[in-house]
Amino acid sequence: MTAPAKLALHHVGKQFSMRANRTQSRGQQRARRLVALQDITLEIPAGEFLVLVGPSGSGKTTLLDLLAGLSTPSAGEILVDGAPITGPGRDRAVVFQQYALLPWRSALANIEFALEGSGLRRRERRRRAREFLDLVGLSAFADRYPHELSGGMKQRVAIARSLAYDPDILLMDEPFAALDAQTREQLQDELLRIWRTTGKTVVFITHSIDEAVYLGQRVAVLSSRPGRLKALVEIDLGDRSSAADLRSSAEFGHYRHQVWSLLHGEVLRAQAAGHLKIQPDGTEKAAS
Amino acid sequence: MTALSPTIRTDDEIFDELLPEEDEQRSAARRVAGVIGHVLGQTVWRCAALVLFALLWEFGPKYLLDPSARVFLPPLHEDLQAGWRLLRNGQLETDLGASLKRAAIGFGGAIVIAVPLGVVIAWYRPVQRFLNPLLELFRNTAALALLPVFVLLLGIGELSKDTIVAYAATFPILLNTIAGVRAVDPLLVRAARSLGLSSPRLFVKVVLPSALPTIFTGIRMAGASAILVLIAAEMVGAKAGLGFLIMNAQNSFQMPDMYAGILATAVVGTVVNYGLVLLERHFSRWRGDIAAR
Repeated sequence: MTAPAKLALHHVGKQFSMRANRTQSRGQQRARRLVALQDITLEIPAGEFLVLVGPSGSGKTTLLDLLAGLSTPSAGEILVDGAPITGPGRDRAVVFQQYALLPWRSALANIEFALEGSGLRRRERRRRAREFLDLVGLSAFADRYPHELSGGMKQRVAIARSLAYDPDILLMDEPFAALDAQTREQLQDELLRIWRTTGKTVVFITHSIDEAVYLGQRVAVLSSRPGRLKALVEIDLGDRSSAADLRSSAEFGHYRHQVWSLLHGEVLRAQAAGHLKIQPDGTEKAAS
Repeated sequence: MTALSPTIRTDDEIFDELLPEEDEQRSAARRVAGVIGHVLGQTVWRCAALVLFALLWEFGPKYLLDPSARVFLPPLHEDLQAGWRLLRNGQLETDLGASLKRAAIGFGGAIVIAVPLGVVIAWYRPVQRFLNPLLELFRNTAALALLPVFVLLLGIGELSKDTIVAYAATFPILLNTIAGVRAVDPLLVRAARSLGLSSPRLFVKVVLPSALPTIFTGIRMAGASAILVLIAAEMVGAKAGLGFLIMNAQNSFQMPDMYAGILATAVVGTVVNYGLVLLERHFSRWRGDIAAR
């Protein structure tokens, strides 16, 4: 790759010393070490839409936490524009599967939340928040509280919030997984539109192969635990702006099958190993 | 009905066909009347128990009680007359004022102490592990059992009463604050951290607003226990206050005055609780499940 990478991972690894579950007896409580990610090297050029797929427990969310600066790698380094990540920063934004909107704030105030502390004046914050609410087509719902919005609307607000402070990189952790199929397709197209107009670098995590192939310029396939980079698939679906049903084209099927083949064995291995999902607090939960 | 017996038609139905417009008006009027009737019925039903209780109080002493016992339970109108007299001569105002002042000071003190303390306890686990046994011991000790200690240490004046009210009100607020701060959605904390919020800002912008409804539930519960303890403390030793009014009336055999004091206590308790419920609801309105009610 000749262009300087926006985001570069060099031999990144992450280990957890597992905190014992409360139900475990004293004998079992000795700390176990668990390798979630191992030797991941990946360069993401500016403006790329990269999708990460992997079986449950392959460390997708762990990797996203590392990129967001919410945790630090146990090995290797992660560089943004050539400088190592030291913590969360305004050059990166995270969109979570469960929206993570503040339930006591209206849609508009949730977007303003991201702008507080950015040095903008109140009026300017409000103006920008309205602008981004408009971008996701929710101007009419500015004063609604999250509990009054549908799942798709909530995720739109969350996307608007993450874009509002103009980060270079958008990190998305299965953002559409909780939505119904139609809303999901609609939001996928909207995300592609936003990506094309804003030129952000996007790292998108999903467990859906269709979603990966549809959205990604490249799809990175992770292996089952310990998560390693198994393959990088370049996706070239030609002109996306045509109204044709891209998902039922022959190329789409080809890429879909390619990613499926890469993933299939890993999913079986993950199931056989009975992998558990690591919670942010270091305990394990059965992967869904 | 008409579908089952099409041949038999009432006058109404015949009119229906002849004058459809008038019928619409009539049925609309009937619907309005039905709604009013329903609301009235509900209101009567809701007040029925209170009215029955008042009637029992008014007529029960005369017809059900032994004449010698009648003097201990005067009929309601005598108690209300006594209340009116106490209101007119200013005594009720003095006692009510004294009680409310103590309640406000003690209650306010409890909020000022318990909310920050609860936040610290919830936020720092070691502090919680350290303080928890002591807190368990304190909160399971009846506040009134400590009244003699407060009187000995702080004197018989206002301070000991303010303090015991504060003490009684502290625990519901403290425990609910701890629970509220603990229950903050970790995802919101993660999201706020990913936005680069510092710990103090995270606290003000995320943790506190999220815990506020639970804290207000504690404040509402504290209101009830504050009044309870206050009246009892005033009964034991005070020169003014609703508890003093009740006790003093009993000692001087002024039964109607005593009941007037009790009624005043009931009204104060109900009003305070209602106000706190409204406040709690106001701070919880963003919660869908509560707002929908």
